[in-house]
Amino acid sequence: MQKNVEIVKVTNLKKLYGDLPAVNGISFSIKEGEILGLLGPNGAGKTSTINMMIGLSRPSSGQIMIDGIDAIKDIKKVQRIIGVVPDENNLYGEMSGFDNLCFCASLYGMGKEEREKQAKELLKQFGLTKAADRPFGTYSKGMKRKLTIAAGIIHNPKILFLDEPTTGIDVESTRQIRELILNLKKQGTTILMTTHYIEEAERTCDRIAFMVRGEIVKVGTVRELMENIDHEYKIKLQLDNCLEELKVELENKFPSYRIEVLAKNSCLIISKEQVPLSPILQVLDEKGVSVYEAKGIKPSLEDVFVRITGIDATKLEKVGR
Amino acid sequence: METFIAFWNILKKDIKNYYLKPPNISWGIIFPLSWTLMQLIRSSGNIDVIELLPGLMAMSILFGTTSMLAVTITFEKRSKSFDRLLLAPISLSTLVAAKILGAILFGIINAFVPVVFMGFLINLSGINWAVVLMAVILIAITSALLGLLVAVSVKEVFEAQTLSNFFRFPMLFLCGLFLPIDKLPAALKPISFCLPLTYGTDMLNSAIIHNSYFSILFSIFIIIVFIIILFYLCRRNIEKKWIL
Ligand SMILES: Nc1ncnc2c1ncn2[C@@H]1O[C@H](COP(=O)(O)OP(=O)(O)OP(=O)(O)O)[C@@H](O)[C@H]1O
Ligand SMILES: [Mg+2]
Repeated sequence: MQKNVEIVKVTNLKKLYGDLPAVNGISFSIKEGEILGLLGPNGAGKTSTINMMIGLSRPSSGQIMIDGIDAIKDIKKVQRIIGVVPDENNLYGEMSGFDNLCFCASLYGMGKEEREKQAKELLKQFGLTKAADRPFGTYSKGMKRKLTIAAGIIHNPKILFLDEPTTGIDVESTRQIRELILNLKKQGTTILMTTHYIEEAERTCDRIAFMVRGEIVKVGTVRELMENIDHEYKIKLQLDNCLEELKVELENKFPSYRIEVLAKNSCLIISKEQVPLSPILQVLDEKGVSVYEAKGIKPSLEDVFVRITGIDATKLEKVGR
Repeated sequence: METFIAFWNILKKDIKNYYLKPPNISWGIIFPLSWTLMQLIRSSGNIDVIELLPGLMAMSILFGTTSMLAVTITFEKRSKSFDRLLLAPISLSTLVAAKILGAILFGIINAFVPVVFMGFLINLSGINWAVVLMAVILIAITSALLGLLVAVSVKEVFEAQTLSNFFRFPMLFLCGLFLPIDKLPAALKPISFCLPLTYGTDMLNSAIIHNSYFSILFSIFIIIVFIIILFYLCRRNIEKKWIL
């Protein structure tokens, strides 16, 4: 579905809050039908960027073109074709799920019949039919998130802005949301999403922009991002013994390798080049150490992120999903 | 058509969510009613009951309208649901109009609560209802804009209530609601003339007790000028405060 048309183009976008440059002159573009992820730690400027693109905040300088429309001059025209899922679940707590969806659809001028049909359809798709008549305020966090997403897409937007779609959501709901996002992409929706989950970005996005301290430090597909850094080859060995005493000896014998002792019975061999295993195994065998397992470790996007941004990856949340 | 659907649904939602809720109805009804009773008891026999009516009506509109906007706007801003309205493809003016129309209607209905109660007590014939309606609408519009100006300037609902009380209570005394403006101390009179409610109340006085300070046309003219100024101020503040 991806076409080679740049449907969103942001140039030198800047936002100052007082003296603080929350967004510091970023440029990027999104192709039609593409999912672009803005990945960065808290306070990187992701939400500020989105807010300027959707008309909730005024840029200090820069340009935003969305579907051929100047979004700074003509934001109301842009708002017709975009959908927004904010980072907070900001629907009306006292209204039911169904009424909330219908209300959001009405803001886009959808007629009664059409909006009720769409609302029912979305409630079904999100597994919320049973809760449809309950006030939004009584929903669980995951249900709230899903309804908020439904409200953002009820008018079939051409371009969708998703601010942290899955933060604070359990594994199953996250999976559902991810599937939904990929489905929207299949139908041709262009998506800009922010996240601080590296894995989510890796699984969902076509391209990822690393954002740190108001700047985009790198953009590319996962593969491009990985190729970009000169990564090291790593092999993890499982042994029946501790390697602490042998570390120096091994490093002397193989000067191009670096050895890291991980836990009691395992170690990491790190090298700029591919590591042939048999010489090492031979040395270990002579010393009476048995090797049970040897595993090549691929560099992860996390390594890449750390390398490029210089930011400790623990600042980004890690979740096993 | 699309704009109308959005406009109508915003208005309908506010009416359902806020205007028909007991606490808000009570603000609009209980407060003016208890004030009426108080005045009645205090003045028993001394004055004609009907003389209380213009002030009561003006007060009901003022309090009803301004407190509603503190809720429908400040509360929604606070909970961020207001962002949804700002993201809708409708102009800011349409959005503001939908928001204040609810408050204006609420104010107009409130105005007639004391009328209904008085209707049981005294004879209401001889009132110029056309002028009454005109005055009620104009007071409701100015109060709504005043409430909007307050709602736009603050972050919390309680701040909105506090700030509007800062205007509202002095207005009760300065605008001829219960104290005729010609009896005001000379130093306070200029202030009184700068408040739109003075002219609205004067119109009500003219229509109900046939005793007014200004001519009706003059009052209408002044109120319309106030409406234009307030509208302009609101627009400017909204552009500045809502889109950061
Ligand atoms: N309205 C505002 N007034 C002042 N400063 C602000 C405002 N909004 C954001 N900031 C500041 O701008 C910076 C970027 O914030 P932003 O919310 O865009 O980050 P983010 O990448 O979305 O972070 P998170 O992952 O926590 O959502 C932060 O330092 C924040 O404090
Ligand atoms: Mg954010």
